[in-house]
Amino acid sequence: MKYKRKKPKTEKTGRISRRGFLKGAGITAAGTVLAGSGVLKLQAQTEEKDKTLGPDAVNIKIKVNGHVRQLSIEPRTTLADALRKELQLTGVKVGCNRGACSACTVWIDGIPVLSCMTLAVEVGDKEVTTIEGLAKDDRLNPVQEAFMEHDATQCGFCTSGMIMTATHLLEHNPSPTEKDVKVALSGNFCRCGTHPKVFDAILDAARKM
Amino acid sequence: MKKVKLPYGIPDYNLTEIVREIPNAEPPALPVNSKLKVIGKRVKRTDALAKVTGTAVFTADVYLPGMLYGKMFRADIPHARIKSIDVSAAKAHPGVFAIHIFKEMIEGANPKENNKKSGYPEVKYAGQPIVGVAAISMDIAEEAVNLIRVEYEPLEFVVDMDDARKPEAPLVYQTNVNQETSSGGEDIEEGLKSRGNVRGPATKSFYGGPRGNLKKGFAEADVIIERTYRTQVQTHCPLETHGVVVDYNRGNVTIYASTQSTKGTRNDFAKTFDLPKSKVRVISEFIGGGFGAKHTLGNFGVMAGHLSKQSGRPVKLMLDRKEEHVSAGNRPNSLQLMKVGAKKDGTLTALKLLSYGTAGVGLGSGVGNIAQAMYECPNFKMDQYDVFTNAGPGAAFRAPGNVQGAFALEQLIDELAERLDVDPLQLREKIDKSTIRKVQRERGTQLMNWKKPKKAGSDPGPVKKGIGVAQAHWPRFVNLDSTVEVRVMQDGAVEVRSAVQDIGTGTKTVLAQVVAEELGLKSADITVLIGDTLFPIGPPSGGSVVTGSITPPARNAAHKVKTKLIDLAAGELDTKAENIVVENSWFISKSDRSKKISFKNLAGKLRVEQITETASRSDDYGGFMIGTVGYEELGAVQFAEVSVDTETGFVKVDRIMAVHSCGRPINISQIESQINGGVIMGIAYALYEDRVMDKNTGHQMNPNLDQYKMPFSFEVPEIQIELIEEYGARSSTDATGIGEPANIATAAAVANAVYNAIGVRMTEIPITPARILAALGKI
Repeated sequence: MKYKRKKPKTEKTGRISRRGFLKGAGITAAGTVLAGSGVLKLQAQTEEKDKTLGPDAVNIKIKVNGHVRQLSIEPRTTLADALRKELQLTGVKVGCNRGACSACTVWIDGIPVLSCMTLAVEVGDKEVTTIEGLAKDDRLNPVQEAFMEHDATQCGFCTSGMIMTATHLLEHNPSPTEKDVKVALSGNFCRCGTHPKVFDAILDAARKM
Repeated sequence: MKKVKLPYGIPDYNLTEIVREIPNAEPPALPVNSKLKVIGKRVKRTDALAKVTGTAVFTADVYLPGMLYGKMFRADIPHARIKSIDVSAAKAHPGVFAIHIFKEMIEGANPKENNKKSGYPEVKYAGQPIVGVAAISMDIAEEAVNLIRVEYEPLEFVVDMDDARKPEAPLVYQTNVNQETSSGGEDIEEGLKSRGNVRGPATKSFYGGPRGNLKKGFAEADVIIERTYRTQVQTHCPLETHGVVVDYNRGNVTIYASTQSTKGTRNDFAKTFDLPKSKVRVISEFIGGGFGAKHTLGNFGVMAGHLSKQSGRPVKLMLDRKEEHVSAGNRPNSLQLMKVGAKKDGTLTALKLLSYGTAGVGLGSGVGNIAQAMYECPNFKMDQYDVFTNAGPGAAFRAPGNVQGAFALEQLIDELAERLDVDPLQLREKIDKSTIRKVQRERGTQLMNWKKPKKAGSDPGPVKKGIGVAQAHWPRFVNLDSTVEVRVMQDGAVEVRSAVQDIGTGTKTVLAQVVAEELGLKSADITVLIGDTLFPIGPPSGGSVVTGSITPPARNAAHKVKTKLIDLAAGELDTKAENIVVENSWFISKSDRSKKISFKNLAGKLRVEQITETASRSDDYGGFMIGTVGYEELGAVQFAEVSVDTETGFVKVDRIMAVHSCGRPINISQIESQINGGVIMGIAYALYEDRVMDKNTGHQMNPNLDQYKMPFSFEVPEIQIELIEEYGARSSTDATGIGEPANIATAAAVANAVYNAIGVRMTEIPITPARILAALGKI
């Protein structure tokens, strides 16, 4: 089925549309890892390639968890929606859809980003990693192991984002202090209040890595 | 009936045995946890792997073939009559498959009021849903919603509770109203009258009504303290918002729901759509939190049902974050006027509570149960008023009423102790007859190295430290409508089935543990299939009822299966059933221990593919206990250490010591996790969270997770947990829940610690830097 669609109403009414906002914001890094500077480089590259797409669906190739996938998506589709809806990678969670909870954290070229604040078309030839891509050959990574061991999940809805953030931390800082862990996780919201066990799990994973 | 001896009391304190007469079908007495292999241990969550690999499928993650996306048009003004609704442009929008206009609402008090004149429900709060759209994508559904035009006749509105109490305030309801309670544990007195927007007073609870004579009590008092306390509106904010996927399928309905009650959701839907319960299946395998707000189908669920019925396709309708804040429930605020009278020795002579609270367009803002039940006081009266405002309906929220009530009561008791110049723990020793809290106070005193607090505000320097303590009370509720099926298959596989859901509390794992213990297996050997109304109905996840309600039938069903297997083993081993003992997955002849058969091999001898047994929750041993002795069992004592910067007004919680008990603990690590969660939520309630309404527009100003201040990693202090086993010989597992008690005392403990730090009582929460500075006379 094909649908002809008008321009999204939101732009006319003066509300800030996701597209407009993201155009200004570029890829938004999760938590405080922006300092990793790779993000800024990525942003520059994205701007270089900036050209008008849509509103109709466009074909893109996107490399996710080691596989190149071809998608037909509307340019306004967020990376979170593309991963969840098109690729069924529903381990990527959307908690707030405006960059305030970090549940949707994935990596782009190894750097945590908020996939709800990133357009799928922005990714280009970068490599996306989601929670589903962390375990290699069915072997969990040490952070995943430690989360199980320390009961660092309750409802589990924030877990993917927590693990993506924490794994990135340990890859760059193999022996973090508790404060380092708190800094890394400072954008990850957990309503169940599992934080103490999350901190324990990450520190324990660091010791075992 | 048979007589059995069951463990009774608290280990290292008064543990003994008690004889209870129980039905013959009940399994033998379970010894204390130190003698068990699986129960009372730190067992890994059965669904931890699914959660850490992202394979756990929540309702938000359900994508069905042909599925449409639902979105609701919501009122953008807080009070109005709807004159007309134009959906023609939305209907014509390409990609739209169904549109439904609400004819009546199911949430809030008297939702069907004012329905006759226009045919549309009256708008009573900004964000009330009016129309729903189902479209091929969420973007298109949102576009279509933006094309809907509603013509209103605006009415005067009020969103502030104090304004709403004034005689000239605009009326939210024109008539007296009632409301059905959810299964979350809130207490709503029926049939009360309203004056203006003020309904009540509610003077009774399940503990009874007023006691004694207040006048006489206050006359006998040596000390009288009267104080006013205020608490804010708090929203639940589960990380997975409310939502459903409804596949109406011509009346053979399947609903994926992020719910705390598969049963409630099914029954609500069957009733609304006039279907037999057998035609409605609700599936909730993973639920991203609830905290009390997810007990019913909700207007969104009704809407998704209509849209799916109309379009003939599955419809997914998840609320967005703003909708979650404004329309999916909240903890009502409170204004509490408390007056206590006491003798010089601390004996309470009178306690009086007058409270107002607003649950928006709903009911359930009472706060008095904890004041009524926690301390000995012969003369007690409470007058609790609900105040209607044009805001989204409240909902049960983790220890409804008691969290607000504890904030006031425990500060009042703290102040009384100071006035009487006694240690606040010593005063409680005098007036609190609960044995479990007595032991909790003792343990806490040791672990905190607690001494009588220093003079309030006496620290030199700008950053002042303080310590405080507060107690919790929560009644032990049991839901007898709790059934479990246990199956053993020929290959030795064991399956547990129940419709009970696991909202993150670990219900799956405690079921696996209890069945494993009974069958002599490991918890990993048990497959737990829950959260599906195809299975026997289980309790709602609210009121801390689940573990105490669902583990006894799980054990009893496993015991029935075991009895069958023992009969089979007796035949195989050529002995009598009485001579068989089950140890570590072996069925062994007691008289000749060389004669034995493994669980797996024995299962292979089954005549049919599987044997299955079902059990429902029996009555409590010793009589059904609610309100009589029940309240003793879910007590808690929490201690707080804080630092207050008197120059910036910033409060930092340094440490919480949480001393808890929940009957027989089943899974230690999961209990700790829930206590951590309750404490963190309590800290956020004390210091951060606040739903801010704009009086001029009637809208919430902070319906998101960035401006609605939440606890993140740096707001989490060191939390120490001391868990005390307590045996009450109540059921075949003797377990109870922990969710609510964990959340009750924290805010009061923090407030008491803040007082100890700065020497000024913070009687209103959240305790923001601005309030601290104002209290210190600095702004």
